[in-house]
Amino acid sequence: MQFTRRDTLVMGAGAAVATFMPLQVFADATDDVSAEFAMGETITDGGVEITAPEIAENGNTVPISVNAPGAVAVLILATGNPSPKVIAFNFGPRAGASSASTRCRLAGTQDVVALAKMADGSVKRASATVKVTIGGCGG
Amino acid sequence: MADNVKPRVRVPRSAAAGEAFEIKTLISHKMESGQRKDSDGNPIPRSIINHFSCDFNGENVIQAALEGAISTNPYIQFEASIEESGTFTFTWQDDDGSEYTDSKDIAVG
Repeated sequence: MQFTRRDTLVMGAGAAVATFMPLQVFADATDDVSAEFAMGETITDGGVEITAPEIAENGNTVPISVNAPGAVAVLILATGNPSPKVIAFNFGPRAGASSASTRCRLAGTQDVVALAKMADGSVKRASATVKVTIGGCGG
Repeated sequence: MADNVKPRVRVPRSAAAGEAFEIKTLISHKMESGQRKDSDGNPIPRSIINHFSCDFNGENVIQAALEGAISTNPYIQFEASIEESGTFTFTWQDDDGSEYTDSKDIAVG
């Protein structure tokens, strides 16, 4: 069977749609979770630092750290995971700094988002893109 | 109760009053995310540690709500700042209701 130039283009477009569709669905879930965390506050960029590797060979253990000076709570979201929530930190009176690190699973290349709730109720946001070579969700 | 759950915590022996220092925690746990399927295609039920907290002399340092996206053997690193000598207590809560604890003493000065 011979593919014409047009066939190839159509197939390419179809493949692209097929690839991005599920990610779009996950992105909506991220928005829902973000809105719930923000509790009506507007989310502004900056004021939070998220550190993640640019390229993670193994999506099963991706080190993520977040530093949010003045934050009382931090929520980390993986926008491309089947369930976007990764971890929520609440800093108590004995916390030395509003920073924490952990290791998470990422299903594939995606943005990792940190939302920080400041003492005055405002919500800050930062994100980092992680390229994942082998996804960490099994199956 | 998951098998072979063993908490490990690293806290400095001493610290200066009011100065932030690092605490590292690790607990061995399979953290089954609930997203995987077994060889017959049936979903494997979620079994994770869903909550971690660290307290110092009864006052909270940090609490964390863990989700299925946390890796096997969850590792959490954070900072604490204390004014007096005392004991850190660490608590992990499993999906099945079990609780794992560890504690470490620290001296100021």
